[in-house]
Order: sequence, then C-alpha cells, then structure tokens
Amino acid sequence: MNKGSDKTLVDVRHLKQYFNINTGWFRSKPLKAVDDVSFSIKKGETLGLVGESGCGKTTVGRSILHLYKPTGGDVFFDGRPVKSKADIAELRKKATMVFQDPYSSLNPRMTVSDIIGEPLDIHKAYSNRAERQERILELMDQVGLNSEHASRYAHEFSGGQRQRIGIARALSLNPEFIVCDEPVSALDVSIQAQVINMFVELQEKMDLTYLFIAHDILVVRHISDRIAVMYLGKMVELADAAEIYNHPLHPYTQSLMSAVPQPDPIVAKANKRIVLTGDIPSPLNAPSGCPFRTRCKYACERCAESMPEFNEAAPGHFVACHRIGEI
Amino acid sequence: MSNEPLLKVRDLHTSFFTPAGEVKAVNGVSFNLERGKVLGIVGESGSGKSVTAYSIMQILAPTGKIVSGSIKLDGQELVGAGEPVMKTVRGNKISIIFQDPMTSLNPTYTIGHQLMEAIMLHTNRTKAQARERAIEMLKLVNVNDPEKRMNQYPFEHSGGMRQRVMIAMALACEPDILIADEPTTALDVTIQAQILELMKSLQEELGMAIIMITHDLGVVAQMCDEVIVMYAGSICEQGTAEEIFYNPKHEYTKGLMKSIPTADTAGSKLEPITGTPIDLLNMPDGCPFAPRCSNAMKICIKQAASRMRINEEHFAACWMNVKDGIQNGTIINEPEGGESHE
Repeated sequence: MNKGSDKTLVDVRHLKQYFNINTGWFRSKPLKAVDDVSFSIKKGETLGLVGESGCGKTTVGRSILHLYKPTGGDVFFDGRPVKSKADIAELRKKATMVFQDPYSSLNPRMTVSDIIGEPLDIHKAYSNRAERQERILELMDQVGLNSEHASRYAHEFSGGQRQRIGIARALSLNPEFIVCDEPVSALDVSIQAQVINMFVELQEKMDLTYLFIAHDILVVRHISDRIAVMYLGKMVELADAAEIYNHPLHPYTQSLMSAVPQPDPIVAKANKRIVLTGDIPSPLNAPSGCPFRTRCKYACERCAESMPEFNEAAPGHFVACHRIGEI
Repeated sequence: MSNEPLLKVRDLHTSFFTPAGEVKAVNGVSFNLERGKVLGIVGESGSGKSVTAYSIMQILAPTGKIVSGSIKLDGQELVGAGEPVMKTVRGNKISIIFQDPMTSLNPTYTIGHQLMEAIMLHTNRTKAQARERAIEMLKLVNVNDPEKRMNQYPFEHSGGMRQRVMIAMALACEPDILIADEPTTALDVTIQAQILELMKSLQEELGMAIIMITHDLGVVAQMCDEVIVMYAGSICEQGTAEEIFYNPKHEYTKGLMKSIPTADTAGSKLEPITGTPIDLLNMPDGCPFAPRCSNAMKICIKQAASRMRINEEHFAACWMNVKDGIQNGTIINEPEGGESHE
C-alpha cells in the first residue's frame, strides 16, 4: 500500500540534537536526545515514528522544522539543504506541525480565527482583510469546524475540536509536509477515529506528507506506510509498516510489538509477550555501544563495544543490531 | 459462604452539585463482583467510570454525593455507613491505585516511610515489623534491591517503579478487592506490559478481585473476565469479555469496536462514532447515546432502554435488541432492579 512517490521530500542525514544539562556548579553534560539519526520521507508518504517517552521522537520532529537548532547533521527539504535563516523561513511555509496537547498548544487569549490566521499574518499570505477571513472560514470548513464559531475562544471547544483547530492552523499555508506529534493521544477513542480519518482524507486531498509521531503502535500501524522505531536517541529499525509489525528484527522492536495490547480477548490472552526487564536508562548515562544492550537478552561483548550500523537487512528493512542473522 | 457476591452495587446514583447545576455523573449503575474475578469498566472521559470507583471507596470530591443506591461488601451496606466503617474498609478490604504514579506519592517522604505508614495504620504491627512487611511487599512486586529502595524518595524512581510501589502499598493489607483506576495509562507500552503481567500474577497468587478502570480496550481484552461499558453515567452493556468483544449488543459498544485501529484496519477507513461526547449538564430524556447513534429510532429519543438480557452472561440497554429480538425471540426484558441474574 505504499502510496509515496519516488521523489524524496524530506531527507535527514546524521541528525544530532544535544541539550546541555547542568549537573553542578559550572558543570554541564550533553544530553544526547537524538544521536546520529538518518532517514528520508518520500512525497505523499506517511512515516510513523514510535518509541517510548524520552527516546527522542518529538525532538526529531522539532529538529527537522528547526524549532531547535540541530547540533549536527543536515536536513534537506525538497532537495535543498536547510541552513540559513532564509532557508528556515522558507521551510516553515511548507512544513508545519500539529502538537500533542490541544489544551496547551492554543493561546487561550486568542479567538479561533486569530489562531488559524496567525501563520497567514506572519508569512503575509493575503492581500486584504476579506481574503484573510475567507481563507480562515475555508480552513475551518475543511477540518469540520462550524465556521460560525470563528470568534469563539479555544476553551469553548472540546478536545477533539481543539485538535481540529490545531490542524486548521497547520494547513493554513498549504504545506507539503506536516509533523504530527502525538496528535490523537489526548483524545477519546471515538474522537480519535474521527481525527485519524481526517488526517487520511486531508492527505489524499492535498497530497500531504506526514511524519506521524505516536506511542500507540496500533494507531501508527493504521496510518503509516513505513514505521521507524527509536530507542534512547537512536533509530533502531525502519521498515514497511506491515513488515515491521509482523516481522520485527530488532529485539527491542520485537518486545515492543508483542507488548501492544490487542483489542481481542482470545488473541490477547493467548499472546506470548516478550516482557522486558528493567527500565529505559537515563539518556544522561546512556550505556556504551548499543543503547538497548542493558535490557537485551541477546546482548554480547560486541554490543558494549560499538554501536551497530544502521544496515539494510532485507530490501527496505533497516535495522541496527550486531546480532542480526544470529538471533 | 453463601452465593452472595463479594461486592454488590445496586442502582447507584452519584451526583456533583456544581454552581452550574447537578451533574449526574453516575446514573443507576448495578453490578456484581465475584471473588477472584477481574471486572473491567470501560468508557470515555466523563462516562462515570472513575466516579463509580470513588463512590465505592467514598472518596468523592466535596461537591460529590451518593444520592441513592446500595453498595454491599460481603453483605455489609456501605452507603450511609459512615466514616468510621469506611476507614476499616479502605485499605483493608478495598484498595485503590490511581492513574498517575507521579502525583499519588508524597515527594517529601521516602518510599519506605510511606509504605510503613500505610501498614501501621491498618494493622497493629510495630515499626520493625512494618518495615519487614514493606520490604516483603516490594519483593512481591519485583522491585529489585528493596532495602535500598526503602530509603529513596519517589523522584529517584521511574514511572513503572512508582506504580509498583503503589501496588505494593495497595496490597500490603491483603485487600479482597483492588480497584485500579487507569493504572497503566501514564506508562510506556513495554512498562505497561510489565505492570499488567505483575497484576495478573498477583491476582492469581493472592486470589483477590480486581476492578480495572480503563479506556484502553486492549488492556481490557488482556486482563478482564467481565466487562462493563459505560456511557454518560449509565451502563450500556455488561457481559463476559468474549461476549462484549465478539457479540456487542449496544450501538455504542459496536461503534467503539469499529473505531479502534487494529492490524487489519491499515489502509482502510475507520468507522468513527460521529458527534461529540454528551454534556452531563444537559442530558437528553431518552438514551444518552441517541444523539450520536446512527441507528437511533423514535423511541430512543423519548425513553432510555432498560437492561435487557441477551443471554445468561450478557446484558445490554439498547432498543435495537428489541427490534432484533422480536424476530428471534431470545431477548427477555428484565424486571426492574436487575436482580434476576444472581
């Protein structure tokens, strides 16, 4: 079901994002939130990005849009590198973001029409007030909001409707690429399905490309063409959605996929879960070599010595594990 | 022992009296909980699932009040029993663990202090005995190095560890019932798997009953023997997990099942429930789900359906069953109060 074309829209190479954390007086330590991550997204494709909290998936999304200045590595958008301020301004017209929390990502002192119209104001995307207003109403209509509510404030809406406001804002400049950062995880199941369907419909209509970040694997499996798995700042596996769901290669992905609670009593009760021992280590004290080795039952000496390369184990199936083929 | 269920809730009504009016958060809920069973309560936010649990424990916010109904624990009536009786129930007979392990522990005391406090409050153990018991409980929930953990503060523990401590605290007095209010919602998938596995094995080991409150149908499928589906304060469907998942008989449950993404839905459209959740201040006269129901009939808007028996282990409150039932004659309308399934 790969609906992506052959044209690469977003190309991320060796992206690094470190944050300095103060550990004492005049002492600080880099927190490697994202460490040497490379991937590309084709035009019209949805790339799902999964991983546990603190693994760096949100940071990847934000670094691509240069909401943080990347510590290292390159981001290419539509074949052009994003470097200078002018590049970034240009990028943000074509690439936008939908945030996780529909409660804190909308300014409570702005009306809905001002929230949706703000990107238009910033990028001066209209010639007169009437045109601006027309565009706002068109956007509200597009995401299924009643355009009569344009002068209301965000708190007057339910969670699902607020997320629609956030999506309308992201769509206002006719972007090509949207980073969706956990856009449905704060929503109830019945509302979640409405919003997921809207993402799919908008993609078909506007030929959008998504980076869909979520921790709910069934949601990501539903919407994505390909899925990437991150662990402690590193990308450990990347493959076609069905392939990675049914035949995960990395031991971490295997346990992650087996831990997904299946909404089916017979399947769920018969399911053999690979339950990991221990917790995810702190990214400030990441283990040497492979970050997963402290919880991996296949770990050997080699895993402590060096980080495995991110190699293509099967066509289109990338994995970073020393023991691929042995286990 | 008679055949009396461990916990018997009948026609429970709990309301919150707010300046804007009375919010009927729980509206006529009845169910039984047998010893050693896992009962799941599912529903969206605002459906009354947590308020049902808080009503059983009588730990409602000051504006909340049990308006009517009966909650019998082992034959003992709890509604109106008063605070002294409830103090002997909470922690000893019924324990609760909350969604957020980050905020349910006191950040200024050590884990050990908080565990021992709970143990000494409910049993007449000495401090040394309580300490011993606390370490034993931490071992039971697979906390490694429990002696060291006893002297640590909550911030030194991860989310999964804190939830284990909460479970240890809840189980310290060997309650008959453990209420778990969204116990894994704040946790990651792999940690969630650890905690659920732990709860299941402890439940089998200690033989307690669990009320599992969650919105995650996957968790319900994995853990529960019986399931209650709630919407807008009322039970819309109740039955064994298999019946609810494979043979849903309420339009809301059917909609819920269709709207969750699974491995098979990839590439196709989900079938969401239209509309937005109901405003509890403006409840309609008829079935609360009728405004969002695609099969709503005239009667649904006028009058809410009562509990109907689908079979021995399955009940639903939906008029669609009458429509279907007239054809195959399997539906028997239950008498008031829902007593007949005992």
